[in-house]
Amino acid sequence: MMDTNQSQLAPLQADSPIPPGADQDAILSAVTDELTNRGFVIAQADKLFNWARTGSLWPMTFGLACCAVEMIHSAASRYDLDRYGMLFRPSPRQSDVMIVAGTLTNKMAPALRRVYDQMPEPRWVLSMGSCANGGGYYHYSYAVVRGCDRIVPVDVYVPGCPPTAEALIYGLLQLQKKIKRTATIARS
Amino acid sequence: MNEAETQSSANDKLLSALSRLMGGENAYHITPTGEVVMCCALVDLLDVLKTLKDDEELCFSQLTDITAVDYPERELRFEMVYQLLSVKKNRRVRLVVAVGESDIVPSVVPLYSSANWAEREVWDMFGIFFSGHPDMRRLLTDYGFEGHPLRKDFPLTGYVEVRYSETERRVVYEPTKLVQEFRDFDFLSPWEGMQMPNLAAEEDEEQEKAGE
Repeated sequence: MMDTNQSQLAPLQADSPIPPGADQDAILSAVTDELTNRGFVIAQADKLFNWARTGSLWPMTFGLACCAVEMIHSAASRYDLDRYGMLFRPSPRQSDVMIVAGTLTNKMAPALRRVYDQMPEPRWVLSMGSCANGGGYYHYSYAVVRGCDRIVPVDVYVPGCPPTAEALIYGLLQLQKKIKRTATIARS
Repeated sequence: MNEAETQSSANDKLLSALSRLMGGENAYHITPTGEVVMCCALVDLLDVLKTLKDDEELCFSQLTDITAVDYPERELRFEMVYQLLSVKKNRRVRLVVAVGESDIVPSVVPLYSSANWAEREVWDMFGIFFSGHPDMRRLLTDYGFEGHPLRKDFPLTGYVEVRYSETERRVVYEPTKLVQEFRDFDFLSPWEGMQMPNLAAEEDEEQEKAGE
């Protein structure tokens, strides 16, 4: 991931954290030495941007129904989302990912689209729960949109009714991996 | 014993007051679960409710709910249900009124203000119009929704569904197309309807035959 002067270090994997021990100390001291000696560190730009994007993924909560409670669980003390850098923002203008949590009714659909349109690029959508995935429990109802992907493009689907808080975190981590895989610096 | 006595005597007072109100024997009937249900005609609705509210013995000061039930095979299609609660006397009663499809029901909002949204909901879901209602518009369904969903002839899946159109850049309504039809599973137990042999009776028969 970085150019270092010391060649005896093991090659670093891009996505996994550095295992604790002597290697980690060596790498960290190498970086700080380089900073003090040369004054800068070289890294690949898109890896840096991906790190920044995934490390601070601010969700815009669209808690519509019962799944919202599980989302609250995942942000609460046991499965703390703040340690992943995820800070729930009330405004779409300041968020990166929209978590559609709950049943999307026909009446709510234009509002959902409006909120999605207000999010600045790069933005992602995570569909949480079976109602948001495909209509779910209310699939055959006259007043329900059969899946929020009829309204907004979805990146990750988290199944469950409701998905456990752990499952939502798993989904968010999958989204982080997807961002690292597919995001580019070039503007589309 | 004492409490049961006072309860039953209180109940008797209610029931006698009700029959006095309705002026007859068939004023009410009591369901197997112990709930008191009253019937009245549409023309008497406001008077009956006013008496139920104002009479000292009845004193039903709170209207808990208004709903309707659709019986399409009847001539008067809908049956409106008014649930009343007397906080003072700790009693509930249900008033049932038969209403036809094109009948206009007088609004009880002047008597009970909790009827406001309940009547809006009945209008939205069933199409029963209320005269004299201060704000007769839809409550639960979507803004341009056509139809009254809780009627029995309204299909479960409705007539239109929603998706976002990239070309028009807005949400559009299209006729419903289901990938898989609604399946109704009949969860009858496989044990029901089975002829179980009566082993005890057969054993007795054999013993009798052996003993002969």
